[in-house]
Amino acid sequence: MALHFELVTPAKLVRSEDVHMVVVPGTEGEFGVLQGHAPFMSTVADGALKVYRTENGAPEEIIITGGFAEVGDTGLTVLAEHVEG
Amino acid sequence: MASLKELKGRINSVKSTQKITKAKQMVAAAKLRKAQAAAESARPYASRLAEVMGSLASKITVSDNSPKLLAGTGSDQIHLLVVANSDKGLCGAFNANIVKAARVKAKELEAQGKTVLFYLIGRKGRAVIKREYPKQIAKMFDTTDVRDPGFNEAEKVANELVAMYEDGQFDIAHLFYSKFRSALVQEPTSQQIIPVPAPKAAVAESDAVVEYEPDEEDILAALLPRYLRTQIFGALLENAASEQGASMTAMDNATRNAGDLINKLTIQYNRSRQAAITTELVEIIAGAEAL
Repeated sequence: MALHFELVTPAKLVRSEDVHMVVVPGTEGEFGVLQGHAPFMSTVADGALKVYRTENGAPEEIIITGGFAEVGDTGLTVLAEHVEG
Repeated sequence: MASLKELKGRINSVKSTQKITKAKQMVAAAKLRKAQAAAESARPYASRLAEVMGSLASKITVSDNSPKLLAGTGSDQIHLLVVANSDKGLCGAFNANIVKAARVKAKELEAQGKTVLFYLIGRKGRAVIKREYPKQIAKMFDTTDVRDPGFNEAEKVANELVAMYEDGQFDIAHLFYSKFRSALVQEPTSQQIIPVPAPKAAVAESDAVVEYEPDEEDILAALLPRYLRTQIFGALLENAASEQGASMTAMDNATRNAGDLINKLTIQYNRSRQAAITTELVEIIAGAEAL
């Protein structure tokens, strides 16, 4: 089962793909999002998103600032003002 | 009647003008495509953010302890007009139209006894507003050193506006820019940006209970400045596309006009040349007959 993950900046849609899990550095603590997560919104602290493409693979880190995460029926959407790498 | 040499000079000068306008037209066409693509790729972020804002706003009632950016200062005495222009000319009435819209609004507000301040983005349009309202320009934001105004500029502008707002320098801000309809039509638009007009709530909200972290009000407070930035960014992108569109149209017209003028001058040139030859012939024949 895959989680649909989108990373959007004001300039463009950076990522739109199916992944296993994303760990988001929320302002009130990190949280991991898997497929079927309950609807959820959170502001995101500046830091690294960890994207796990497969269950046991090494995570890919994406540094974001000014982020906001939204989990809905369609998956996880992270809005970030700046993305590095 | 102008001499042959003068006519020739004029034809050449119009020809070189035509070369410039043609080049500018082609540059504008290429840049328009880029600007449109940029505007297009900014859309997902803006629409998502608006959706989120809408669903948040529907859950919160505006009260005195709501963030100032949403609730306003409680007064509407000082209005700030943020006028976004381009840095370069050769784009027809593009800048003039935006400035005109801003001036109409300024007059209207002043007639109501409000104080009007200006915040100018871009180099064009400064002169006109400076002449009419020399003491009311709060700030001129310079975009001459960047090629395409992007999100960084929008961020700077928004941060400055928020700082000025919190400082109590103005109560309401309006943004003036040109909306891109098509390459032929650009619409000068004005839009209130501070206090942030409550976004329309999304209609078809899924009935699942959404958890918020931190709570709704904190998220909204964090998102308001971002929403403002996005709005300004969107306006800058629309403006960039409009500028290129206006430039393309204006230069297309200029090129065509130059072509017409060249034809007219060429005909005039040929007529004068023929007239000169005829006169010469008449003189020779008259001379020969006299012998």
